Amino acid sequence: MIQLEVLRYNPETDAEPRMQRYEVPYREDWVVLDALNHVKENLDPTLSYRWSCHMAVCGSCGMMINGEPRLACKSFLREYRGVIRVEPLAHFPIERDLVTVMDDFMGKLARVKPYLIPKHEKPLAEGEYRQTPAELKKFKQYSMCINCMLCYAACPEYGLIPNYIGPAAIALAHRYNQDSRDGGRAERQEEIAATEGAWDCSFVGACSEVCPEHVDPAGAIQQVKIKSTLDWYKEHLMPWLK
Amino acid sequence: MAEVSRRPYVREMGWRWIFRHPRYVRYMLREFSCLFIGGYTLIMVWGLKELAQGPGAWQAFLEWLRSPASVAFHVLALGFALYHSSTWFNLTPKALPIPYISGAHYAGWAAVSLAVLYFAGVF
Repeated sequence: MIQLEVLRYNPETDAEPRMQRYEVPYREDWVVLDALNHVKENLDPTLSYRWSCHMAVCGSCGMMINGEPRLACKSFLREYRGVIRVEPLAHFPIERDLVTVMDDFMGKLARVKPYLIPKHEKPLAEGEYRQTPAELKKFKQYSMCINCMLCYAACPEYGLIPNYIGPAAIALAHRYNQDSRDGGRAERQEEIAATEGAWDCSFVGACSEVCPEHVDPAGAIQQVKIKSTLDWYKEHLMPWLK
Repeated sequence: MAEVSRRPYVREMGWRWIFRHPRYVRYMLREFSCLFIGGYTLIMVWGLKELAQGPGAWQAFLEWLRSPASVAFHVLALGFALYHSSTWFNLTPKALPIPYISGAHYAGWAAVSLAVLYFAGVF
């Protein structure tokens, strides 16, 4: 058996969150999500948390496990010694128990227009937009983002400056900006080249360390900074290039 | 739709996040290094001012540089400067994904340091 210490918060009865301990069986092949499911099914049906795929694809089960943002489905019990403390993702308001309010992230994600905005609309009859393997390689890594928000929970800048648009949104904007089929960069720059965009990042680098899909948002943000700086120089020092 | 009772709880961040994981301590040390590098720069400017005021003031400044407090500060400042430079050089491939970019920074650093030592008359 192992001890699981879980943050509980019921908005209808609790003034503030409290910790509750559960004893769950230890299985070599269990992840923290299995332990939570065991609690929900056998010990306490009132426990609330989000999950769906159980295979690090959906990005729903992000939570703080022993203080570190992790996917509960990718964190094996065997990785931990002693009590395992499970809390909702840091920096997000707690809706109930391990469920956080995601509205802020969802709004920011929509603002960066994370979809292809073709340079020239072409009729279907002209066929597909073709791309070379080299062109694909420029953005493929950033397209692996599963919107799990672990990077937001790891980023102290986001915790301190809630208006900061944050790692995943910038990485996804960068993903489309790097795509040879896309022509929407100017529209996205309004959001990501602003103070509350890339410039609120002080390169802590934690986002890339915790990313379960190895997206490297920190790298994307620094590249956005460099490209935005070059834009500024072109606009102010070499206006004839426009 | 029925009214859902919502009362999201917002946690205060405080300052303890610095000790949540070693990476945040390393980050704060890197940020903190600016105080020592800034302090060193101010000492250089102060030295220039003393030099402009004549040999007496310059000798007094050199005397102060040899004091234990000054030596201790310079050792700390050197340590923080090395930490600051190496952490940023190690991060350069993220901002500029070019082969050998990190090594090029170290090579440039070594070349400039050797040049400074040469002009200072060490060799």
